[in-house]
Amino acid sequence: MTHFEGKALSWKTAEGMAELALHHPPANEIGTVLLEELERFAEALPLLESQASALMIYSKQQAGFSAGADLLELHSRLEHTDNASAVEGVRGFLERIHAVLNRLDDSSLTTIAAVHGVCFGGGFELALACDLIIADKMARFCFPELRLGLIPGFGGIPRLKRDAGNALVRDLLLTGRSINAAKALASGIVSQVTAEGEVLRVARSTAAQVTKFDRAAAAAAKHFAKRLPTEELRREIDVFCQLFAQPAVRQALAKYAEAKRTKSIHPYLP
Amino acid sequence: MKDLEQTTEEILNLAAAHFHVPRKSLQAGDDFYEKLKIDSLQALELLSRLENHFGVELPDYEVQGVSDFRTLASRIQARL
Repeated sequence: MTHFEGKALSWKTAEGMAELALHHPPANEIGTVLLEELERFAEALPLLESQASALMIYSKQQAGFSAGADLLELHSRLEHTDNASAVEGVRGFLERIHAVLNRLDDSSLTTIAAVHGVCFGGGFELALACDLIIADKMARFCFPELRLGLIPGFGGIPRLKRDAGNALVRDLLLTGRSINAAKALASGIVSQVTAEGEVLRVARSTAAQVTKFDRAAAAAAKHFAKRLPTEELRREIDVFCQLFAQPAVRQALAKYAEAKRTKSIHPYLP
Repeated sequence: MKDLEQTTEEILNLAAAHFHVPRKSLQAGDDFYEKLKIDSLQALELLSRLENHFGVELPDYEVQGVSDFRTLASRIQARL
């Protein structure tokens, strides 16, 4: 399928470029709905790869690229499940999202994440699965998982380690702070920063550039330069599930859900 | 180097301009969430603008619990 209009995302191809637009309100939280449509996208990749050279992923949501995992959905599931079933359910979810992101990471297309606004948690992990991240100067990047007693579970740590020095990896993980686009550029995570509102234009210009090159040669160069850290990705799922089994996570999610309900927290601040 | 008053003034000017609020309606002791009518997402945007404007990096945990312009200015001042 070379084009698709879903509830949470859409894609289309034109002139050698594929574009995947995320549009799941409010901030492309990655839960069941978005995951199912990402899986459909992954299934369509072979066809897109035969027709395009580049893929640009972007968000139509004002809040940003993606705020990460759908914590309210996760909390809601936990409320109605015993711990063992919850861990099994979460492992199943992680394996599915890993399959999608690994397929994206390994695609023969040159993949570009055009990021604006919040690029947090699972959203950051989606961006890191791409070959290039181009960021609006107001974009912010964050791994807030420790706030919930967790680590990034969608492959964020192994992928961040590919791009950034270990000191920054530790900083982001252990403080849970967000960094701006300029810092992300200086750290090597982001390849270009644009003026406000210009990220889509610049990302499309970059995608147009990569369509000029021989597809097979580009794919070979990409696979030589960027390895999939398969073993670490599997290990991350195991560590995440071990942490998820702890009571602290259930409590943290309950506290988060209550605070969201009463609007008593600032969810994007630590 | 700027002093705290200058830094505060620049923050008030920047906030007024970006969030389309009359500058004269903002005072250093005001709660910026209330005065600017912003949520945490827009607070992050304000943080990014301030980082870019002052050329500093201000971890968001440094503004945890901060809601007035003057204290925000002191956090930035500490990075200049």
